[in-house]
Amino acid sequence: MLRYSLKRFLSLLISLLVASIVIFVVIEIVPGDPATYMLGINAQEDTIAALREELGLNASKLERYWNWLSGMMVGDFGTSYTYRSPVNELIGDRIWVSLPLALIALTLSTAIAFPIGIIAASRRGSVTDMSVMGATQLGVAIPNFWFAMILVLIFAINLRWFASGGFPGWDEGVFAGLKALTLPAIALALPQASILARVMRTSLLDTLSEDFVRTARAKGLSKAKALRRHALRNALIPVLTIIGLQFSFMLAGAIIIENVFYLPGLGRLIFQSISQRDLIVVESVVMLLVFAVVLVNFFVDLTYALVDPRLRGRQ
Amino acid sequence: MKFTSKLAFAASALALSVSAAWADSGEISVGMALEPPHLDPTSAAAGAIDQVLYANVFQGLTRFASDGSIIPGLAESWTISDDGLTYVFQLRHGVKFHDGTDFDASHVVFSLDRARAEDSTNAQKALFADIASVKTGDHYSVIVTLSKPNGSLLFNLAWGDAVIVSPESIDTIKEKPIGTGPFRFVEWVKGDRIELERTPDYSWGDQVALDKVTFRFISDPTAAFAAVMSEDVDVFPVFPAPENLAQFDADPRFQVLVGSTEGETILSTNNKLPPLDDVRVRKAIAHAIDRKAIIDGAMFGFGTPIGTHFAPHNPAYLDLTGNSAYDPEMSKSLLAEAGLADGFTTTLKLPPPSYARRGGEIIAAQLREVGINVEISNLEWAQWLEQVFRGKDFGLTIVSHTEPMDIGIYARPDYYFQYDNPEFQALITELNAEAKADKRTELLHKAQTMISEDYVNGYLFQLAATGVANAKLQGLWVNAPTQATDLTGVSWAE
Repeated sequence: MLRYSLKRFLSLLISLLVASIVIFVVIEIVPGDPATYMLGINAQEDTIAALREELGLNASKLERYWNWLSGMMVGDFGTSYTYRSPVNELIGDRIWVSLPLALIALTLSTAIAFPIGIIAASRRGSVTDMSVMGATQLGVAIPNFWFAMILVLIFAINLRWFASGGFPGWDEGVFAGLKALTLPAIALALPQASILARVMRTSLLDTLSEDFVRTARAKGLSKAKALRRHALRNALIPVLTIIGLQFSFMLAGAIIIENVFYLPGLGRLIFQSISQRDLIVVESVVMLLVFAVVLVNFFVDLTYALVDPRLRGRQ
Repeated sequence: MKFTSKLAFAASALALSVSAAWADSGEISVGMALEPPHLDPTSAAAGAIDQVLYANVFQGLTRFASDGSIIPGLAESWTISDDGLTYVFQLRHGVKFHDGTDFDASHVVFSLDRARAEDSTNAQKALFADIASVKTGDHYSVIVTLSKPNGSLLFNLAWGDAVIVSPESIDTIKEKPIGTGPFRFVEWVKGDRIELERTPDYSWGDQVALDKVTFRFISDPTAAFAAVMSEDVDVFPVFPAPENLAQFDADPRFQVLVGSTEGETILSTNNKLPPLDDVRVRKAIAHAIDRKAIIDGAMFGFGTPIGTHFAPHNPAYLDLTGNSAYDPEMSKSLLAEAGLADGFTTTLKLPPPSYARRGGEIIAAQLREVGINVEISNLEWAQWLEQVFRGKDFGLTIVSHTEPMDIGIYARPDYYFQYDNPEFQALITELNAEAKADKRTELLHKAQTMISEDYVNGYLFQLAATGVANAKLQGLWVNAPTQATDLTGVSWAE
């Protein structure tokens, strides 16, 4: 087990190093100079040169890569070109919007998808199954930004139950924060819930036709009991994989939802930084997201080994 | 020559008495599409910085009024020597920075010297190019000496890039701006909002009606629409989606504000790239463009056609739209004259704003009618600056030049459209040195005519300032003589 874990850890480090090189190279070759962007069209050449010097853009690419990498190792992501404040702080502020949003959306999507998937699978072919699956088909087809606009139209403009967007900050109280995240979380969760419910149903149907379920039934368990005790647990593995993927999607991919609800999250930070050529922020945020995904995978790998003894024995 | 500020004061006092009866809620929430990158107006070109801070938090020696005229700011009055080389500014007494420091002449010397220093990162450093020295007279007077006469000095000092800052605040100015204005900075929640509050002991200018101002950053046009409709923001001074304005106009809860800006929107032309270096070809392009169709199609009817690089609301404006009237037949014969009867192909590189993207499609179609084939490519701003603006790698592009009174850019042969005309350059040198108003107007007329007749660029339209606000708000700027959201005269009606 120790050997297995060490191997996984080594592969994690290599993945991160490779990712850092790819991110740096890709972002550095994008045309556009941050200093020129900031000073606009009336700037004189000497002013641009002065700003480039101030931002440390005149150093060689290799030197900048090394500064960035060595800084990250001690948890320092550098200083944003445009905001001129530490990237750490920028990410620190934003993550308290994006992380809760992703968690709420994930909880919501799981809470909706599980019962729907189970009901549909256990009543396969019934009217309930057909209508629920029809609804999820619609849920998958509807783009989440459009759904978000509809939510705003109904709950913010017409009913006035929620603000149309923005985030007051957790200082204003947990309730105010949660309230601001409610509509975005629903908009983010519903399409994901539809996907999850469909995966849940298919996976459950697959396991229900397995031999061990038939054995359980032959042993005298009722259909419902066999499903609960034997089929469900085994059906969860592909579902959990999807949930893992969805979590990283919701953390990193909420750019559009964050724009519709003008939330100060990581997605909007990346979006703004790309257009302003705040390269160091883009690089660092992308790196952070890569790190999160790689770390989650690392733990998933370890969990697999814990769950499945066969993996441990393999050399 | 002495200028007293009585008249300007009278005007603003009048505006105040109208708004004296403001409602109990002295708070306002302002929507903006772009967030400032940082909060130092003296070291970035981003208009969003001035849109939050100009006149509200920071003040300069002079300032823009909403009609574009220059009125006293921190300088109460000034005298100009007969040779036009020495300006003596008398400063307002009793002014304090928001950190409690007393404002005096040393702050003006510091601010102007910092802006024109060797290692300055001021985006408009050229504004200060003719200043030879800045010295304190006494505690409350400043002597500015020029190396050559510059009739635009008072105008230049009104820019957001020329506001007065305090030396103690420089290290943290990008995060925590400290100025002398009627509002002081409270908090910046990055990505979400900036909060200002009324300066408690503000006694050196007109009193303001609002207690608290929140700027909210909403980049998505649909989200902006929702924020106004749900009354989460009270005013959106530069509303990003002109297509929604008619709907706001029909709703009694809102008022739509349509004014003029300093943005000359032009079809910039690479004057060095064949065949665009031929004036007949540029003239053919000018006559191939139907300005009305572009304004209606790309700007939903908001905008004023122009025939030269000058703002129509300026008293010195000359209507030269006749020089480039829509006449496709004339275009075709001009092209034939230039030996291009079969037309030609060039590039049209478009930056992100909708005037460029939507306008570009329409212009491409109009040019195709006369046989000019353009290849459209859409660029981000950073790419545009690199390829088009600095690299000069383009045939045509569409951009709005939002700097006030910027006809002088045509005197810079290395400027991206590369118009190199010594006659025009001499004219601008003469203009810069001229302080007499009527003589300046005459020179400005000459300059406008010259670039119009040389068809340097395709002159399209003056960008309109289109905003939307709660119907009960009064005192908002309708025109945008500079990028600013001046809230000093804004109040709620009963």
